[in-house]
Amino acid sequence: MNLNIVITGVGGQGNVLASRILAQAAVEAGYKVRTSEAIGMAQREGMVMSHVRMGECLYGAVIPDGKADVLLGFELAETIRGLPKLNKKGVVIANKSCVIPVSAALGISSYQRDKLTRYLQDHVNNLHLFDATALAAQAGTVKATNIVLLGALAALNLLPYTCADLLNVVLESVPSKFKDVNKRAFELGYRAMEV
Amino acid sequence: MKKLLMGNEAIAYGAVEAGVRVATAYPGTPSSEVFAALAAMAKENGIYAEWSINEKAALEVAAGAAYAGARAMVTMKQVGLNVAADPLMTLAYIGVKGGLVLVVADDPGPHSSQNEQDTRKFAQLAKLPVLDPAAPQEAKDMTVAAFDISEELGLPVILRPTTRTCHVCQDVELGEQKNTPEPPGFAKDSRWVIFPSLAFKRHRWLNKQQEAARNILESLPFNSSEYAEGDVGVVACGVAYNYVKEALGILGVEVSVLKIGTPYPLPEKLALKFLQRHRQVLVVEEQEPVVEDQLINLTWSNGLPLKLSGKRGGYIPREGELDVDKVLSALAKFIGTELPRKQENEVLPPMPLRTPVLCAGCPHRASFYAFKQAAGNDAIFTGDIGCYTLGNMPPLNAMDTCLCMGASITIASGLYRVEPERKIAAFLGDSTFFHTGIAGLVNAVHNKANITVVILDNRSTAMTGHQPHPGLEWTATGEPTNGLDITKIVKACGVEMVRVVDPYDLETAKQAAGEALDFNGPAVVIMRRECAALTRKRQALRQVDLETCVGCGMCIDELGCPAIIKQDGLPVITNTCTGCGVCSQICPTGAIREVR
Ligand SMILES: Cc1ncc(C[n+]2csc(CCOP(=O)(O)OP(=O)(O)O)c2C)c(N)n1
Ligand code: SF4
Repeated sequence: MNLNIVITGVGGQGNVLASRILAQAAVEAGYKVRTSEAIGMAQREGMVMSHVRMGECLYGAVIPDGKADVLLGFELAETIRGLPKLNKKGVVIANKSCVIPVSAALGISSYQRDKLTRYLQDHVNNLHLFDATALAAQAGTVKATNIVLLGALAALNLLPYTCADLLNVVLESVPSKFKDVNKRAFELGYRAMEV
Repeated sequence: MKKLLMGNEAIAYGAVEAGVRVATAYPGTPSSEVFAALAAMAKENGIYAEWSINEKAALEVAAGAAYAGARAMVTMKQVGLNVAADPLMTLAYIGVKGGLVLVVADDPGPHSSQNEQDTRKFAQLAKLPVLDPAAPQEAKDMTVAAFDISEELGLPVILRPTTRTCHVCQDVELGEQKNTPEPPGFAKDSRWVIFPSLAFKRHRWLNKQQEAARNILESLPFNSSEYAEGDVGVVACGVAYNYVKEALGILGVEVSVLKIGTPYPLPEKLALKFLQRHRQVLVVEEQEPVVEDQLINLTWSNGLPLKLSGKRGGYIPREGELDVDKVLSALAKFIGTELPRKQENEVLPPMPLRTPVLCAGCPHRASFYAFKQAAGNDAIFTGDIGCYTLGNMPPLNAMDTCLCMGASITIASGLYRVEPERKIAAFLGDSTFFHTGIAGLVNAVHNKANITVVILDNRSTAMTGHQPHPGLEWTATGEPTNGLDITKIVKACGVEMVRVVDPYDLETAKQAAGEALDFNGPAVVIMRRECAALTRKRQALRQVDLETCVGCGMCIDELGCPAIIKQDGLPVITNTCTGCGVCSQICPTGAIREVR
């Protein structure tokens, strides 16, 4: 077993926490793990990409182009930016919601939401696109968007550990007063994949 | 079970395992988490840990501890070593008693740095051993080894991880904590006092130590060779080893690989044996051709019939970081095999531009805005390094120069000598002020530079992860301490015009800016307001009353706050608003109001 997961999003969306949770669950399941995360300037609302690799024989942490089995997109445009990493047979689990950059408000660039959505739908065979931010809000806070997406990923049976294992690590990784919100967020994400 | 650790945390665990007693640091990406992890473990392990005011201070404090026989560690980013270069170069002559390990993190790319300098070159210049970990586990193991090597040689040792070790997590096997003896204390001896005559003697000693170091490094498990059939070999250094192994797997070819984990001094016996077995060798390393140059020396001085390529021959890029894809094409070209067909990627649709920006409610945004209003377009704004460097982005466009930490005031002083009539304001953060800003201010006052200095006092070292600094009331380990008063320091430096204002109060800030710019002589404005990312107690959030809004777009076009987006041509304030209220103050129709 070797699984490569790329997570893309915007600095501040909990990208680092998500990749650590996936990795910790893999360590507990007895796999070797590598993650690489964007820590630094990019965390101020820049583009961020995390890499998570688990398996038996691993070297570097950065996933080569076309070698990701899963692309977890926390934000619409950033999901598309991550596509070159994805294997043609790979799965995309992506958030419909957008984080509009300042450049778009200023008119320096444009955020064409409909075009981007259509592009994803046209170019990815294995796409699960849903509004994870709305589900997180429903769970109690939009900050749990990352956990909603982890719940969705867990539902697809791609991970080398069970959904319960992953949820346990989620709950161990968040402060106790946020456990309930995150549990709800995880379950809402999980259920979003059932339909 | 193994522990999931980031490379930087693994280094901290290695230091604890090795019995480190004193740890010092100045923050800087990608190094900061080493010290943060150490500080968190300091109390239970009897470690003294301090954030020092700059890298020079940090290295000297650590060196003092090592003089007294304690194991000490100092961490910084690559450019930090420039600041610490003065003590480093002579410390190599003086040597140490307790093990002293410098962790200096390089940032090829660069991801979060102002240059791509290679610390291995620095190690060569200082004639100090340097270790180059490929992954967190190796970083941990090398840290433990580095203390032993340092004590055996009596020399500081440099551990040089790069971003892809620092910020990579791996399942790491931890070792038993060593029982290191109590430090013997400082023994008075003329060896600690450098004089030209001593320097000559110690230089001879240092040169001799190079061979001793080479012999020690030669025997370490961080260097190894794997032989395959054929006359082609690949030398892989540091993290590049990962890329070489993965790329060879993808290509499906087997060639000999020499892994180098100690780039200086090079393990020559191992390397020579490898070179002798091959006719064509490719050296794969990031940044400068440090190992490649040493191998060329070795090839030439041994008269080997060998073609050695790497940076030379244009196989390996000299700038940026390597990855599997880059190494894959270099290897295919070198070996002469076909590259596996890459999947065709569709052309992406027009993508929005996304660069890092100041947070919603960042006080720096208000400070820049106030100064722009007061100074006009002709004024020059020299900048420094911190979150506020992002003030360079549109729409603020409020930074005309940025060089290195502390340079805002001194560059401004230089500009002033050429254009004494022009208004010049120098912007720097509170942490930067303590780091290297104070010296520049004293210089400006003494030499009567008629400039305005703006200290953006957000009560934090924000850019690198909110570390404390001497202006705050707590230390790295959370002990209470007396925060130094920046206002008093500025006055004691001889500045006659000093104003302290809250940048969220735009009118007052603008007025202070105007007075400072008009003042004859150096003037200082301290913009004091806590970093918005730290503020727990939110002010009342804002919303746009669309009945009153005339759609002029001023709030968006002047401030560029990420909390304000445009919908159907009108501003909408999103849930990242912190309630700073700056936009309310600039809206000409008063349409931005508190959410009730
Ligand atoms: C010599 C050197 N050391 C460390 C750094 C890393 N660094 C970049 S910004 C920064 C902190 C700036 O803090 P401050 O001036 O208070 O500004 P803030 O980020 O809080 O706005 C540091 C330490 C550097 N660039 N150069
Ligand atoms: S972290 Fe603080 S100083 Fe940095 S951009 Fe955000 S609010 Fe401003």
